[in-house]
Amino acid sequence: MSGLLVSLQDAVVQGVLWGIMVLGVYITYKLLDIADLTVDGSFAMGGCVCAVMILNFHVDPWVSLGVAAAAGMAAGAVTGLLHTIFEIPAILAGILTQIGLWSINLRIMGGKSNVPLLKTDTIMSKFIAATGLSKQAAAMIIGIGIAIVMISFLYWFFGTEIGSAMRATGNNQAMIRAQGVNTNWTKLLALTISNGLVGLSGGLVCQSQKYADIGMGTGAIVIGLAAIVIGDVLMGKLRSFASKLISAVVGSVIYFVIRAMVLRMGMDANDMKLLSAAIVAVALCVPVMMNKWRIKKSYTEGGE
Amino acid sequence: MLDIKNVRKTFNKNTINEKKALNGIDLHLNEGDFVTVIGGNGAGKSTMLNMIAGVYPIDSGKIQIDEINISRDPEYKRAKYIGRVFQDPMLGTAAGMEIQENMALAYRRGQGRGLAWGIRTSEKSYYYEALKKLGLGLQDRMTNKVGLLSGGQRQALTLLMATLKKPKLLLLDEHTAALDPKTAKKVLEITQEIVEEQNLTTLMITHNMKDAIQIGNRLVMMHEGRIIYDVSGEEKKKLEVEDLLKKFEEASGEEFSNDRMILAK
Ligand SMILES: Nc1ncnc2c1ncn2[C@@H]1O[C@H](COP(=O)(O)OP(=O)(O)O)[C@@H](O)[C@H]1O
Ligand SMILES: [Mg+2]
Repeated sequence: MSGLLVSLQDAVVQGVLWGIMVLGVYITYKLLDIADLTVDGSFAMGGCVCAVMILNFHVDPWVSLGVAAAAGMAAGAVTGLLHTIFEIPAILAGILTQIGLWSINLRIMGGKSNVPLLKTDTIMSKFIAATGLSKQAAAMIIGIGIAIVMISFLYWFFGTEIGSAMRATGNNQAMIRAQGVNTNWTKLLALTISNGLVGLSGGLVCQSQKYADIGMGTGAIVIGLAAIVIGDVLMGKLRSFASKLISAVVGSVIYFVIRAMVLRMGMDANDMKLLSAAIVAVALCVPVMMNKWRIKKSYTEGGE
Repeated sequence: MLDIKNVRKTFNKNTINEKKALNGIDLHLNEGDFVTVIGGNGAGKSTMLNMIAGVYPIDSGKIQIDEINISRDPEYKRAKYIGRVFQDPMLGTAAGMEIQENMALAYRRGQGRGLAWGIRTSEKSYYYEALKKLGLGLQDRMTNKVGLLSGGQRQALTLLMATLKKPKLLLLDEHTAALDPKTAKKVLEITQEIVEEQNLTTLMITHNMKDAIQIGNRLVMMHEGRIIYDVSGEEKKKLEVEDLLKKFEEASGEEFSNDRMILAK
């Protein structure tokens, strides 16, 4: 029983740390209507950069986290340039960056596919040393703290003039261009900010699990989409922007809790990706099928 | 005010779908001109407005507003001078955003956008008054999402947004064509009120010949990417729909071939 409790607590912590990534996915997928596949690569990049910074360059863990976010932003900017200046479809632009990042991330880690952080300080270990909290409690407080800061930042940012223009870009590009906004710029900026959050999340996960791995971001986009779907199902009734952002993080927590439970029930960890993909696919199919069904039902032969 | 010199545009050049949409357009608008534009389907009316707004680059020619050459400026830069309303009511507004948010976006047309708050409290009373003038009750629904509005309401809002910050030039592309007759009439009335009040230089495409004759101080007719008839002042006021049809046949050597126009007679 206590084993279950521990693994659920672990899952909640993971959910919060990955929740920062989900916020990034929320920006592109929900606000800009772009499915950005850069995420898998920029998440791993955040982790790899963070690990190497701490281990090889002895940089402060907090600063390393900042560098991880900056690396993610750079990756997002590359996708943004490919998509806006060179007019490559967003999905393909994201795939290209993601594939390229695989090699770059390996280089960052000096050719190794895994960099452990065994004896070095992390933001969690420092926090534990300062407060005497348990490992889980420390990671949880840090995760929730950063999530609150990021949600506040996004709430503020999307209320500003640039942020509003960005939301309008996701709504109706013709309209916002007619109002004098360069939509290439807003899209580029959105992809940059989004992947900055993703890189930050990768850095956090790396420090909490005490290693970076070349494959740590594989499937991140699907986790992100699944978390958004779950959050939407649970909290979709709430309309305010702040609650939408919170629901993304909550969705992430629920996702990891579900994951922990099905794993405990004996599901093969490798099947988890299939389950995630199925969740997202079903969530995308349901509205379409409902609509088709409605049209079919409303058909009457010969009118009336 | 607006100066268009020998503007040409061919779509899909050197392909089987090559289409000469504009064949040397020359047009000069004076400050305060309200010009109605008519012509058959595919005459190039929308293309002319799109070229002025910068939706696509022109092949050759020159477009100037108040002596400023905007021929090669991108669409978002020209927006500083131009307010626009499209034929499709869905195109002019952001459906997922509030009425007041849409207005705040339009109020900043052509200005640099920074990290200041997207909508200031002080603006809201201005928007309230502007919406009230429309007479559609939208002033009491300022925090509603625009997606909840009808086509006519959205078109009236788009019109208001296009003129919230006075544009040098207002471009209207059959902006009442997608509305039912009653709503179309209302939106057209609002259009006239706003244009008159702000003394806006306006180009309005319409498929209704009667409207084209009655509204504005000048009328141009287009055919195959050219302006084939340009009339203003007293002469325009005396026009009849029959005169326009005859003019068209004279200039083009064809029967007028726009179903919607014939009906609008
Ligand atoms: N984006 C485009 N690509 C290719 N052809 C176009 C495009 N826009 C307009 N055309 C063509 O140019 C011609 C003029 O179109 P348009 O300006 O829309 O006519 P109107 O508004 O007078 O009905 C038409 O033959 C149309 O098919
Ligand atoms: Mg047209």
